[in-house]
Amino acid sequence: MSAMETAPAAEGRTPLMTLAGVSQVFDTKAGPIHAVNQVDLSINPGEVLCLVGESGSGKTTAARMAAGLAKPTNGQVDFDGTDIWSMNRRDFSTFRRSVQYVHQDPYASLNPTRTVQQTLTAPLLKHGVVKGGKAAAARAAELLTKVDLTPPENFLTKYPHQLSGGQRQRASVARALTLDPKIIIADESTSMLDVSIRISVLAMLGRLRDDLGVGFLFITHDLAIAKYFGWHGKTAVMYLGRIVEFGPTPKIINAPTHPYTRALIDAIPEPDPDLTKTKGLGSLRSLEIPSLAHLPPGCSFHPRCPLFEGGLCDGVVPELVEIRSGQSAACHVVARDGADVLRPDPPAT
Amino acid sequence: MVTTTSPSAPRAVRGGQGKPLLSVRDFNVEYRTGAGTTVQAVRGVDLDLYPGESLALVGESGCGKTTFGLGLLRLLPRLGHASGKVTFNRGDGTEIDVLGLDGRDLRQFRWRDAAMVFQGAMNAFNPVLKIRAHMHDTMRAHTKATRKEIEDRAAELLRLVRLEPARVMDCYPHELSGGMRQRVLIAMSLLLEPEVLILDEPTTALDILTQRSIVDVLHEVRERLGFSMIFISHDLSLAAELADRVATMYAGRIVETGGVRDMFYKPRHPYTLGLIKAVPPIVGDLPDLESIPGGPPSLAALPPGCKFNPRCKYATEECKAEDPPLVPVSDQPGDGHEVACIHYKEVHLDRPAPNNELGTAS
Ligand SMILES: Nc1ncnc2c1ncn2[C@@H]1O[C@H](COP(=O)(O)OP(=O)(O)O)[C@@H](O)[C@H]1O
Ligand SMILES: Nc1ncnc2c1ncn2[C@@H]1O[C@H](COP(=O)(O)OP(=O)(O)O)[C@@H](O)[C@H]1O
Ligand code: SF4
Ligand SMILES: [Mg+2]
Ligand SMILES: [Mg+2]
Repeated sequence: MSAMETAPAAEGRTPLMTLAGVSQVFDTKAGPIHAVNQVDLSINPGEVLCLVGESGSGKTTAARMAAGLAKPTNGQVDFDGTDIWSMNRRDFSTFRRSVQYVHQDPYASLNPTRTVQQTLTAPLLKHGVVKGGKAAAARAAELLTKVDLTPPENFLTKYPHQLSGGQRQRASVARALTLDPKIIIADESTSMLDVSIRISVLAMLGRLRDDLGVGFLFITHDLAIAKYFGWHGKTAVMYLGRIVEFGPTPKIINAPTHPYTRALIDAIPEPDPDLTKTKGLGSLRSLEIPSLAHLPPGCSFHPRCPLFEGGLCDGVVPELVEIRSGQSAACHVVARDGADVLRPDPPAT
Repeated sequence: MVTTTSPSAPRAVRGGQGKPLLSVRDFNVEYRTGAGTTVQAVRGVDLDLYPGESLALVGESGCGKTTFGLGLLRLLPRLGHASGKVTFNRGDGTEIDVLGLDGRDLRQFRWRDAAMVFQGAMNAFNPVLKIRAHMHDTMRAHTKATRKEIEDRAAELLRLVRLEPARVMDCYPHELSGGMRQRVLIAMSLLLEPEVLILDEPTTALDILTQRSIVDVLHEVRERLGFSMIFISHDLSLAAELADRVATMYAGRIVETGGVRDMFYKPRHPYTLGLIKAVPPIVGDLPDLESIPGGPPSLAALPPGCKFNPRCKYATEECKAEDPPLVPVSDQPGDGHEVACIHYKEVHLDRPAPNNELGTAS
């Protein structure tokens, strides 16, 4: 089967970026591990694709391949229809400018010895986006306004350590914007921020999406945040290196079709004392996450899955197949019986 | 500096039955930050914890939650100093003045009366000792229990937190997953049957399904053993899930407290309201969220009056003049619902409770 065939449909539009059957294998002391295993994803201009999963599921590894920071062991990453690893240097450099990576830790992208102004003007001048220091400074101020660091004069002369966590993350987004990216890869970019600051940073990112048409690969372990930021986009759920469910975000959250997604949604407490009483662990068979070095055969969720059927689930790896319109899951039982088998457990009494 | 509350009027968190287990009055913690300079990380906190109660302490980072917990158990770092009055009422009727304890009495208080599970489960262990050694050391330091008694007690508690004693007793801390380590810590903290357990961010940094298992374990052990709990969390959902009562902390003070349903459905402090409006729920439609502008103030430069006034959309000139005391909510009284805001009568959450017929907190 060609990986391209299963790439989530782009609904008529040409996706800006496609990951087709990409894998990343790391050689570790415990043997080779498939941190990312045959993943297909595509991102359309101005759209949000959320990649959610628990820590270690392979989100960052997938993101680094999408950003061209790591070369896949297998599979292909296309940008604007061209395989990025067959591009000439000039095209690859254009690609790298078009796809910007924003880390969880803003310190990783902000040089501690540079002021915000220096951080922003350096790439502007180096890549000839503007000519001359004055124009660069003006553009830097404009970028700070875009990320709500206003008035810009208050921030241009600051060093990263003089900013609060939220301000630092805004500055690193401003830096990502210097080269007019078409896609921003935001890897847990708001995870270290307090709730209230997180919402205002997300609102700012939402404006970049809506006003500048920037597409997002939005990575988070927090499904509530994926829901909030990616409501009008798509969500892919990763488990142990594979995508186990994919679909429109509201469907993933409110009508999941994979037992793992169902378990996650059911487990997360709600900020509401009555509502949270309906939450629980359901009938998960085990709490332990298998090691990537010793993946269970067949569906790697089978040792924990409440729908497990011996002979069916522990044989071959299930493929991601459409369960409902636009929504696909990689589960043998759901593929056979439909998503109704996932009806939520009655709340524990 | 403007004083916070007048110590003459005791305003404690009410709600439980009988005598409070832990009673805190005008509690303050200072940190020395340089030669002759200090910051006040906790300011004038009054609080009662009743037997069997579960109290959540919520607020953004830097609000003083951890400092408060450490201060209660006399575990502050060397540069921290607690003052005020903390009374622990033992089941046998003895009243203990916690801030006056020292030596053996203090060690005894710390494990037998109250215990703490610290944030970051790894640092709480000695990496070269197996779990068995941790259990034995803890018990031997405080009791005359025999080897067999210790083994039995440890096994009983490990099973209670859903761990197989045979599997974990001979493990080194690094051989356990984060969730297992956290459960071992909960079991260890309960070895000497404390009446109060303080947990600092008990699920932070754990995976979703592991977090849920810790939450379920806490529900279970509390039901079985009946201790009281103070847990510290920046995660409001965890408070909704685990607390009977909630106290919101801001810049070192408790600015609102009440039953969990009052706090989530009828918050009356603009800060509690702001926190609630900023948390996205999981189920349901796209939530309408709002953020609180700015961040908590620096302790070294607290604003005059209500410490929240620079971020508050209800603020008026009066709010800059006076730091309001914690007073009972009078226009819509809840069970022990108290708020420190001049304009609390104007503060309402325009989001209905999903289940109004349940009434207010019981
Ligand atoms: N450079 C590397 N060498 C070896 N293993 C790695 C490397 N980078 C990541 N891994 C492993 O790959 C898996 C996926 O990691 P990661 O992509 O960081 O997951 P996530 O971002 O979802 O937490 C983890 O088990 C991690 O330990
Ligand atoms: N050892 C210390 N010395 C000086 N200040 C401290 C120390 N520990 C904490 N603080 C300060 O006390 C305040 C409260 O901190 P903390 O209790 O950790 O808050 P929280 O747990 O709510 O995040 C913060 O402003 C913090 O910087
Ligand atoms: S007292 Fe004033 S500033 Fe403080 S929370 Fe109430 S309205 Fe806001
Ligand atoms: Mg990651
Ligand atoms: Mg803390």
